[in-house]
Amino acid sequence: MLIEQISIFVENKLGRLSDIAEVLHNNDIDIRAMSIADTKDFGILRLIVNNPKKAEEALKKHEYTVSLTKVIAAGIPDKPGGMLIMMKSLFESQISVEYMYAFLSRMDESAYVILRVEDNEKAVEVLKENGVKVLSSQEIYDM
Amino acid sequence: MEKYYNKNIECAPLHEIESLQSFRLSSTVRHVYQNVEHYRKKMDEAGISPDDIKTVDDLSKLPFTLKQDLRDTYPYGLFAVPMDEVVRVHASSGTTGKQTVVGYTEGDIKIWSEVAARAIAAAGGGKDDFIHVSYGYGLFTGGLGMHYGTEQIGATAIPVSAGNTSRQIQILRDFGSTIICVTPSYALYLAESIREMGIDPSEFKLKAGILGAEPWTDEMRDEIEKGLGIKAYDIYGLSEIIGPGVAYECSEQNGMHINEDHFIPEIIDPDTGEVLPYGEAGELVFTCITKQALPLIRYRTRDIGVLTREKCSCGRTLIKMMKPQGRSDDMLIIRGVNVFPSQVESVLLGMGNISPHYMLIVDRVGNRDTLEIQVEMTDEIFSDAIKSLEEMENKIKQAIESTLGISAKIRLVEPKSIPRSEGKATRVIDRRK
Repeated sequence: MLIEQISIFVENKLGRLSDIAEVLHNNDIDIRAMSIADTKDFGILRLIVNNPKKAEEALKKHEYTVSLTKVIAAGIPDKPGGMLIMMKSLFESQISVEYMYAFLSRMDESAYVILRVEDNEKAVEVLKENGVKVLSSQEIYDM
Repeated sequence: MEKYYNKNIECAPLHEIESLQSFRLSSTVRHVYQNVEHYRKKMDEAGISPDDIKTVDDLSKLPFTLKQDLRDTYPYGLFAVPMDEVVRVHASSGTTGKQTVVGYTEGDIKIWSEVAARAIAAAGGGKDDFIHVSYGYGLFTGGLGMHYGTEQIGATAIPVSAGNTSRQIQILRDFGSTIICVTPSYALYLAESIREMGIDPSEFKLKAGILGAEPWTDEMRDEIEKGLGIKAYDIYGLSEIIGPGVAYECSEQNGMHINEDHFIPEIIDPDTGEVLPYGEAGELVFTCITKQALPLIRYRTRDIGVLTREKCSCGRTLIKMMKPQGRSDDMLIIRGVNVFPSQVESVLLGMGNISPHYMLIVDRVGNRDTLEIQVEMTDEIFSDAIKSLEEMENKIKQAIESTLGISAKIRLVEPKSIPRSEGKATRVIDRRK
């Protein structure tokens, strides 16, 4: 029940994001969610796309450093307290989060959260036990 | 089995070499005194006559020749023969000032061909080899020097010259090149391009590389040897002395044998000019004792090196110079600390998974020198977590600090963003000037 996130090394230089967007566009890649983590000199652009393998290949061809990482996509009710259920269940099982970011979907009333944790298997188990919906990669691609 | 081009000389007993040197030195000094006004003046001013130079031990009585002497007498003022005897000129790139011109008689070209042939033999080359020369042909001595060495030994020369990487690779494969003569930085670039093109190394017949024209480290040698599937041999030379072939590496791959029957080496303290004993690091100085057109006397190379007479496993008795750590011109003084770009290279490549492409940016902020080291991101060190990348930066920073004794800012940059060179690599941008 894990999905692949594509991470791209981006130097802090004018025009890099535009260049990446163009590569993705030219290869017909649809972006589901994104976040950027930045430091003074560089950033890591993290994307959930409809076809991670194709995106990886296209970006590598353009000399980008790219890696695929397994992450969890969880669906939670889009209302007050929705996030609490998820975070509490992780906390109670002593699972710490490396990073996370959220997005909404056109499909339903849920909010979706991309989670990067140390132990994916354990986190998926815990989330399911607590009634949090975990999406398969197919569900993300078809969104 | 070790191959020699001229075993009688390369393995001669020391006393034979020394008596040859003494004889050749005294006749060369006489030759320049008679034919070069600049040298005559210098020697007269120093109160030295050619009669004072009888043996190698008298060498240190003679004044040094500097690059500036060549500039002051530009273009042909130091030539010791009439121009009708000069069959070729070459010139230095002039990156650090006005270019300097050097000349050769027909006999000088023969000497050069022989010393380059010795280097090829020491790298395992012989008549059956296809020698791919990727050094530039032209005023630069690299291309033609190795070309003539190749013909001298009877191998097949492939005069590709520098540049056009995909054509280089096609020729390496299709023509069956067995030995490549190239700068280390370009060798690395070729290896990288071959890997990217997805060509199987078994399609090449390459067995050895003869690499020079810029300082390189043992770590870089490992990268090149792995990347191209070859043995990489160092070669040393400078146009003022003759070009490639002044010194060359043997199977031991630990220091280069100097063709001391043609060029007498000394190591001096660059500040005082005092001759230093074997084993001590200092500036390399060469005296040409067989060339006719431009026999420079005690030419200061600005290269920092060490000489050793220790026995070599290859059987050669010619004196060895350890790999130059860099040119004294390349040496950076950052916050009062001497830094050679090659030291940074050693640290980076010693870490194992770092890209061999790097750039040093030196600047001055306020009154303080700053050093930034740009390192290219690679798949091996990339991570989706900022934390790991910052840890990597810190690891490099600490390694640099403990080796160089100064702190540097490490900046990870995108792959291929540091310019690749097809000749000598640029490793430093100094913005303080």
